[in-house]
Amino acid sequence: MDLGKHAVFIWASYAVVGVVVSSLIAWLIVEGRRYARQLRELEARGVRRRSQKENAE
Amino acid sequence: MTGFVAILGRDLRLALRDGGAMGTALGFYLIVVSMMPLAVGPDLKMLSRIAAGVLWIALLLSALLSLGRIFETDFEDGSLDIIAGCGLPLELVVAAKSLVHWLTTGIPLALAAPILGLLLNFDLSATPFLVATMLVGTVAISFLGAIAAALTLRARKSGVLVAVMVLPLYVPTLIYGITAISIALTPPGSPWPSFLLLSAISLASVVLGPLAAAAALRYQVQ
Amino acid sequence: MAFSRIAMPTLSVLAAVVLAVGFYLAFFVSPEDYQQGQTVKIMYVHVPSAWLAMMGYGFIALSSFGLLVFRHPLADVSAKAAVPIGAAFTFLALVTGSLWGKPMWGTYWVWDARLTSVLILFFLYLGLMALRSSMDDEVTAGKLTAILALVGVVILPFIKISVEGLTIPWLGIEIPSWNTLHQPSSVLRAGGPKIHPSILIPLLVNALGFTLLFFAMHLKSMRNEILRRRVRALTMAEVQRAQAFEAEILAE
Repeated sequence: MDLGKHAVFIWASYAVVGVVVSSLIAWLIVEGRRYARQLRELEARGVRRRSQKENAE
Repeated sequence: MTGFVAILGRDLRLALRDGGAMGTALGFYLIVVSMMPLAVGPDLKMLSRIAAGVLWIALLLSALLSLGRIFETDFEDGSLDIIAGCGLPLELVVAAKSLVHWLTTGIPLALAAPILGLLLNFDLSATPFLVATMLVGTVAISFLGAIAAALTLRARKSGVLVAVMVLPLYVPTLIYGITAISIALTPPGSPWPSFLLLSAISLASVVLGPLAAAAALRYQVQ
Repeated sequence: MAFSRIAMPTLSVLAAVVLAVGFYLAFFVSPEDYQQGQTVKIMYVHVPSAWLAMMGYGFIALSSFGLLVFRHPLADVSAKAAVPIGAAFTFLALVTGSLWGKPMWGTYWVWDARLTSVLILFFLYLGLMALRSSMDDEVTAGKLTAILALVGVVILPFIKISVEGLTIPWLGIEIPSWNTLHQPSSVLRAGGPKIHPSILIPLLVNALGFTLLFFAMHLKSMRNEILRRRVRALTMAEVQRAQAFEAEILAE
């Protein structure tokens, strides 16, 4: 595809958009998994929030 | 009204007693302006072209230094809690303190500007506009700066944080202040529209500043 | 949370589809601009980024308003989640704007009025991030950041007017843009091609796609923040229980 003599700028623009957006998505996914895992571990240990404990007792 | 005057008087007396603050601001102003030619070269023609800009930026930075002090000392020793609870609307308290900041920092810096302009070969024919725009512009600097001061009471590293937060808010003031001076220096064109816009922004800041700063204080003071 | 369980994947898929269409249009359908040649294709990512930078800030201001005035429980989560995404798009607007400017104007950074106001918008985002991270008390930090966001959104129009100028012919208002006052000799044309339908359609499609992407990421970020707060609350409850247990033992 001939993008003219300024092709490198066009590729660079789309590349930087790709990198930033993918990094954002990756960060969101990784953090989501991390918190979900921590939540599972805490609940497995039987930790409850105060309000839940009161309801249970 | 008497409450407002009382706070005004008290803060003024405190600020004048601690004259060091004013001196620091003026000293910083002098140093920054002096370093400019060291950085860009002593070519007088070039210096006079950038003089207005340099004077304004250095003024902003110098005023920035003292913003933290608007609420800090009262917050630290608990007087802010008492003042907030004494019945005077917090917005008026903030307005009084902002006014004191303008009187003890803004006005001295604005009056010092033409003298420092000599160092930059500033075209002195525009001195009235230089001083006028700075006197009006520093009102916005004090009143908008109070917002930043109120937001950073409990913050770590509040000095730099204040600068990061507040400099974008100063952009309209800076632009219209410089524009008025530039047009005054290079007719044709009237500097008055820019000056009026500058004044409008300062007036708006007198209202917006205390509103926002008082709201911020309310969340942090018991 | 239930809403986002359906909404977020849907939005993500929608965003991906629309963006795929948009990029296809951009690269295979859109013609050359007679002035800029192919570099007009950069506009298809630059303009949506700039639009999202502004919309993101407006959205943060809206969430902040919801927090301070209506005390909506999710408002602070919404505002906090939107800041990094909005800041990222602002950064992209600046970088793509700079890459667009080099072939057009010859240098990587030009104080074009609109690019300049995007730069200042970036500083506003930085201020929000700096303020929130400067305090340990999360509740107060949220409220104070909300105030800063509202102050910013009030001043933003004036920043844009002072930097870009304002022309309302039928009101007789003509405020010149900041950069024309200092460089009367080299008039910087407010860069931007004349919008032709064959260019407008890909532009709108990409804008829509990026907007959907923004909201998909925002929902995911909100979910993460809610999970983080839950983890934090449970961890603190666990610590408190352990401390209470210890105190009991010591008392015996």
